[in-house]
Amino acid sequence: MTELAIRATQLSRHFGDVIAVDNVNLEIPAGEIYGFLGPNGSGKTTIIRMLCGLLTPTVGEVSVLGLDIPAQAETLRRNLGYMTQKFALYDDLTVEENMRFMSRIHGLSRADATARIEELLDRYALSPMRTRFAGAMSGGQRQRLALAVATLHSPTLLFLDEPTSAVDPENRRDFWEKLFDLSDAGTTILVSTHYMDEAERCHHLAILETGHLRNQGTPQELLGQLHNRVVEISADDLRQVKQDALRLPQVQSAAQQGLHLRVLLRHGTADPISYLHTHLKDSTLTLTHTKPSLEDVFVASTDTGTKQ
Amino acid sequence: MSSLRRVGAITAKEFKQLSRDRVTFGMIVMIPLMQLILFGYAISTTVRHIPVAVVDNSGSAAARVIAEQVRVTQVVDIVGNYNTAAEAETAIVAGAVRAALVLPENLTQRAAGGEPVGQWLVDGSDTMVSSALLGLRTMPLHLEAGVPQGAYQGATPSFEVALFFNPERRSEVNIVPGLTAIILTMTLVLFTAVALVRERERGNMELLITTPIHPLELMVGKLVPYIFVGLVQVTIILGLGHLVFSVPFQGQVLGLTAVTLPFIAASLALGLLFSTLAETQMQAMQMTFFIVMPSILLSGFMFPFDAMPQPAQYIAEILPATHYMRLIRAVFLRGADAAQLLPDILWLLGFTVVMLAIATKRFRKSLD
Ligand SMILES: Nc1ncnc2c1ncn2[C@@H]1O[C@H](COP(=O)(O)OP(=O)(O)OP(=O)(O)O)[C@@H](O)[C@H]1O
Ligand SMILES: [Mg+2]
Repeated sequence: MTELAIRATQLSRHFGDVIAVDNVNLEIPAGEIYGFLGPNGSGKTTIIRMLCGLLTPTVGEVSVLGLDIPAQAETLRRNLGYMTQKFALYDDLTVEENMRFMSRIHGLSRADATARIEELLDRYALSPMRTRFAGAMSGGQRQRLALAVATLHSPTLLFLDEPTSAVDPENRRDFWEKLFDLSDAGTTILVSTHYMDEAERCHHLAILETGHLRNQGTPQELLGQLHNRVVEISADDLRQVKQDALRLPQVQSAAQQGLHLRVLLRHGTADPISYLHTHLKDSTLTLTHTKPSLEDVFVASTDTGTKQ
Repeated sequence: MSSLRRVGAITAKEFKQLSRDRVTFGMIVMIPLMQLILFGYAISTTVRHIPVAVVDNSGSAAARVIAEQVRVTQVVDIVGNYNTAAEAETAIVAGAVRAALVLPENLTQRAAGGEPVGQWLVDGSDTMVSSALLGLRTMPLHLEAGVPQGAYQGATPSFEVALFFNPERRSEVNIVPGLTAIILTMTLVLFTAVALVRERERGNMELLITTPIHPLELMVGKLVPYIFVGLVQVTIILGLGHLVFSVPFQGQVLGLTAVTLPFIAASLALGLLFSTLAETQMQAMQMTFFIVMPSILLSGFMFPFDAMPQPAQYIAEILPATHYMRLIRAVFLRGADAAQLLPDILWLLGFTVVMLAIATKRFRKSLD
């Protein structure tokens, strides 16, 4: 058993009548990249805020780096880098001014700060725009700056709330390269995302929906759960087949993808291909097993994607 | 028709939002209510109860009669007795009294000759106060024996009057230094009132409170730049007042700074407290307004403090502007020493500490 960076037990948070997070248990190993995958309003931000001590849980206990949160949040904050979902640096300060300001807040000495800022400007390709106002940067550049600032004080733990929401796929790859570098250096990273391709890169994943933890595990484990449960169908009248398929009790979801229909069957369907053959009365059907994707995992784990 | 419907929809929405913004809603009711009450209290064109001292050099029965007759006019309250005119002047400079009635040794001889029986030494900087005291110059006196027929019945002056500090009785002399108190209240409270709210609205706060920064560090850090803003404003107002309006500067720059800094600090601390109370910048502005209006009306800027009724004076004593009004006029117009004005300075410093403490305590490093 590896050392745990974060442990949350029976974590819940209510806002009035709204239950934003409901009885979530988390065990996040140190040194890993741990992903929160979930749609809007699934409670990702709320959980991250509770883990930083910004929000007090309505119920439940949180321990981060061995510290009792929120009671010992002040100690945690010295070892924590946080990239908020909304850009939180100052639009009316330049890249360098923002970095210098935050380095002072974190108590870095002048010399350390200068060296560290140069290093980060270089690493995150921000040197050419060091005198540009943060408000005048593109969304992707701003998120690079936010990551640079979050790592300024070399924290052992990083919370990144949708860090790549404004980054194009190409730059997203670069961004993740940086995360892997940080991870290799021993930093524990908790990252929230909507993107499947990002989720796939995480060491561990938690799938959230409407405040519930629906599933968790390594991407391989999660994909393994769907072994034999995804079937690709081609037929002449896909629309009709889809309607018929959705009526079957063992079919969890069916979605058209190009010329194919991708069907996800419920857990415990003995032989999906023959099941579909028997129940879908269409002579033009071709059925093949196909490799599950994280999207299938997401659909299988949540109610959102089911039966549409 | 549809245009009317759209207007109706907007109106309904605004009402709904307004009724949900409890602070704004409260202000809509509270501001007119408070201003009306304060205005009603404060406006009083007949000036009464000016604190004065008596210097009786004669020790005669006539002196006591005169003092009593002056007192019953209610224009003045005799709050002190001094042995010499010099002591009385010091008290005027320090602001303890606004005027002193000096009754000379040869009071009885003067009364026998129908001459003015005493001299008023008057702080002329507030023209409303000096007008009221000038009105006493010809007040009728009823003295016992040996007074010529018809003397002291309004035709001949009963007293002589010496106006200090503003003999021409120009109102700008009093208004310009007072204006610093009003303008500083307005700008400094507003600047700091929106300071934290703005960071919260723009999303900066969530990151800032996830760092090891202490609330007090944040507060003081936000406050310091505005100390300079305040000093610049004071320099502009008083400098222009001196150069353009020929307001005489009797004091020293050091003393001026010594009384101004505590006031700036008090205003900023109050603004910070508002900053922790308001949820939007709009609310912060309304709270500022809430403190600015009474400061204009009750601080002694528009109406002489001493002439206001007791309840209005109690409210006024809470406002930093009232204390600074006294301080700046004393230092700037009467050349008073900062050391003579210690109570007001200490009050401002105490106010600063209390406001900062409450603001710091209210400020939580959390989003709950
Ligand atoms: N301060 C708050 N007051 C009331 N409700 C809140 C508050 N913060 C969050 N919620 C509610 O809690 C739920 C979870 O919100 P949260 O921001 O954690 O979701 P999220 O997964 O981060 O969504 P997104 O992907 O859109 O960022 C939502 O229904 C939201 O409306
Ligand atoms: Mg979120």
